[in-house]
Amino acid sequence: MSLTEDMYETTVGLEIHVELATDSKMFCGCEVSFAGEPNSRTCPICLGFPGTLPVPNEKAVEYTMRIGLALNCHIAEHSLFHRKNYFYPDMPKNYQISQYDSPLCERGHVDISGDFGSTRVGITRVHLEEDTGKSVHMGGTGRIADSEYSLEDFNRAGTPLVEIVSEPDIHSADEARIFVAELRALLESLGVSDVRMEEGSLRVDANVSVRRRGETQHGAKVEVKNMNSIRSVGRALEYEERRQRDALDAGEALVQETRHFDEKTGTTSSLRTKEFAFDYRYFPEPDLVPVAPSRELVQQLKESLPELPAARRERFASEYGLGSADIEVLTASTKTADWFEAAAAVYGGDPKKVVNWIIADLYGLLNEAGFELHETSFTPAQLAGLISMIDAGKISGKQAKLVLTGMFESGDDPEKVAADKGLEQVSDAVAIEAAVDEVIAENADAADKVRGGQMNTIGFLVGQVMKKTRGQANPGMVNELLRQKLSS
Amino acid sequence: MSDEIVWASATELARRLEAGEISSREITEALIARTEEVDPKLHAYLQRTDDRALVAADAADTRHAAGERLSAFDGVPLAYKDIFVTRGVTTTCGSKILENFVPPYDATVVARCEAAGLPMLGKLNMDEFAMGSSTENSAFGPTRNPWDLDTVPGGSSGGSVAAVASGAVPWAWGTDTGGSIRQPAALCGLVGVKPTYGLVSRYGMIAFASSLDQAGPITRSVEDAAALLNLAAGGDEMDSTCLKEPVPDLLEGIDAGIDGMRIGIVREFQREGSQPGVRARVDESLTRLEKLGATLEEVSLPSFEHGISAYYLIAPAECSSNLARYDGVRYGRRAAGAEDIVSMTSRTREEGFGDEVKRRIMLGTYALSAGYYDAYYGKAQKVRTLIARDLERAYQQVDLIVCPTSPTTAFRLGERTDDPLAMYLSDVFTVPVNLAGNAAISVPCGLSDDDGLPVGLQIIGRSLDEKTMFRAAYAFEQDLGFGERPQL
Repeated sequence: MSLTEDMYETTVGLEIHVELATDSKMFCGCEVSFAGEPNSRTCPICLGFPGTLPVPNEKAVEYTMRIGLALNCHIAEHSLFHRKNYFYPDMPKNYQISQYDSPLCERGHVDISGDFGSTRVGITRVHLEEDTGKSVHMGGTGRIADSEYSLEDFNRAGTPLVEIVSEPDIHSADEARIFVAELRALLESLGVSDVRMEEGSLRVDANVSVRRRGETQHGAKVEVKNMNSIRSVGRALEYEERRQRDALDAGEALVQETRHFDEKTGTTSSLRTKEFAFDYRYFPEPDLVPVAPSRELVQQLKESLPELPAARRERFASEYGLGSADIEVLTASTKTADWFEAAAAVYGGDPKKVVNWIIADLYGLLNEAGFELHETSFTPAQLAGLISMIDAGKISGKQAKLVLTGMFESGDDPEKVAADKGLEQVSDAVAIEAAVDEVIAENADAADKVRGGQMNTIGFLVGQVMKKTRGQANPGMVNELLRQKLSS
Repeated sequence: MSDEIVWASATELARRLEAGEISSREITEALIARTEEVDPKLHAYLQRTDDRALVAADAADTRHAAGERLSAFDGVPLAYKDIFVTRGVTTTCGSKILENFVPPYDATVVARCEAAGLPMLGKLNMDEFAMGSSTENSAFGPTRNPWDLDTVPGGSSGGSVAAVASGAVPWAWGTDTGGSIRQPAALCGLVGVKPTYGLVSRYGMIAFASSLDQAGPITRSVEDAAALLNLAAGGDEMDSTCLKEPVPDLLEGIDAGIDGMRIGIVREFQREGSQPGVRARVDESLTRLEKLGATLEEVSLPSFEHGISAYYLIAPAECSSNLARYDGVRYGRRAAGAEDIVSMTSRTREEGFGDEVKRRIMLGTYALSAGYYDAYYGKAQKVRTLIARDLERAYQQVDLIVCPTSPTTAFRLGERTDDPLAMYLSDVFTVPVNLAGNAAISVPCGLSDDDGLPVGLQIIGRSLDEKTMFRAAYAFEQDLGFGERPQL
């Protein structure tokens, strides 16, 4: 680390929005779904028609509390919904039903570790609100500024949205990236959301400020938006950190502003300056009654939490003896980890073999095809079956790779794929013996050499038998038979 | 014959229908004829749905012929204040901004009455978005008081009371946020009820001030009011603020009399500058109640003095948010030729809203704004709590509280339109009841000696104790025998 870098410290706070995967919207019965014709999943309530009233989705409230518990938060005894008032055409009521000074969950934490070591990131709050619709700007480049008109799609309006706010306990781009990854894994393990950043079911905004070490005054807070993947979070914050440090080095003042991250250039650019905070005129939502979860309910929810990523990682180390690199890859997704465990259970043998097949071979195929493991029709039992075939000597390791590709493409069982490809290693002693006898007869000179003690010629004869059996004979058996027959 | 129909109570009409003495069609035709006769002078109706009513009446008659009834009032027509959303029938809320709005759904109150077989005669005039005490704020012209066409019928449910008071319809639905059922009922010699907040569903009732609005019946008899309320009251899953407790039959025991009932007279109201003619009738009414067996005692409600101030902060605050949805994006009026969303929304609201609505939106926005929230909205909510507590304490001593409904009789059209504050003071006796959420009824207690115009007596009950309130109102009504009608 250079002397210059040592001079500064970076402070990052993250604001994460999570779209909940409930069946229906937050305040009405409309279906929550990613796809669909515009304005096909709306009703008078989520369109803000005159006279309509919100009725809270109990499952969404439950999911929010589960998230809070998984983040070690205190669950409020008495929580209120508030109206956040501002005008924007993607918001039907021109106010958003959200939470203000009495959120459902508060004061939690997440532990993360990486190259930087380990650190605890505080969670300020977790609250529940409704999502807005989507604007599509027509007639220009797609941004508002040069558009001729805009279209509003309210399918998303009213989707339950959880907002998670971290304390400013993150001090590098890397920490931020790992925090988001850990949070994502945690949310996925709870089964409360699809958490796909590229689809918008997980959205991250960051507040970054850099100051000279030792300064008590905080640096200007810069909001960074439009980071659409975990990798982008790292890239955007790295850029922003450097930009702020360079500015301070040059003696420039930094302004409080909102900056937009550009994927292509990897840079941030200013959207607007934030001289004053917008006044949302929050007041308690008079159409809803307070949420007052009993302590019994909270305890029940706590007890029913699934195995969270941290605990799972520990168990993978102790139960399967896996190394941290493998663990990280396998537990990046709950569904992948589940898949691995199912395969290992069916297989029953050394789990490391299963890991290797997944990471070394299967992932290659998945990446090329663009699928995730659980999205294929490939089952854990099928992988287990493949490895068992190798163990039983029915196919070689090399052949197995071909079978794997075949299984991946067709979804068929390994036995069927091997048979179709004619790859079943021939271990039938009689068939092999016949081939060996033929080869000995056809290659009398070589055979004599072996009888005479020139053992390295056996390789040539083995090769001939392999050719004759189109590579399917069990080479070990061939070798053994030749030795027997040619020993004088 | 038609005169008998026009002035018969709904209960009487139901009895005659049941006895086969009359048909629903005859009733409906007679009311339509009466409306033709009087409405050109009154302008109570914004929209008449005669054809639809006749179809419904015929359907009721068909059912009756087959010995079936959807309810005890199957076939008795009614009309709705134009604040209740009616599927397929334009609903304006008295505003240009909803001039051509045709809702795709029914308010719960409407749905329940339709399910009970009550034919709808039309939608009734009102102050725009229920803001007003005279119906002069309607965007479509004022309604006149049948008792004196140069005076106001009161507001905001002016159309409802004018129609019922003139015999054009036996009963109608209004809404009451600060007195908008009770005050016009008093000014037109009718019975008007504001039920306990939460007794009747607000789903489909266009929101003005969510924590204050309540739907209620406007009738010519106490019995009819209890009967209409019976049809609609009770839990609704579409409204989180609607109480789930089962509602008792409000007619049951209505004639049990008031012997031994303790009635409170508000000390702080004795100082109010009510019109002498109003004061005289109210004082006589108190004597009458004593004669009927009630005991009178003084109660002190010191925070009632601040009722108007608190109301005119809370109601505008909530309305500023509730009316934000009218922006021309999804329904209703949209200003033509705007270049961007800001100008489209501003011009739509500038053109579509009347002065009083704009005044309250601005007041409300201010009361909620940063730096002022605590001093205004926050403080008003505290006053509200004090008002509720004063009432609770009073109800430990007494069963009901009685006072004038309105400090004056009907004032002249145009008399207060230049002085909003003078207009607001019409609500001094009614507003505290909305703030506390209690039930209250206004019953006619005679005509004023000053001007021969009706005077209303307000009876305020404990929350969810409508039955006691109805019992007292019924006993009073039966003893007084108020039989005067406007001479149209």
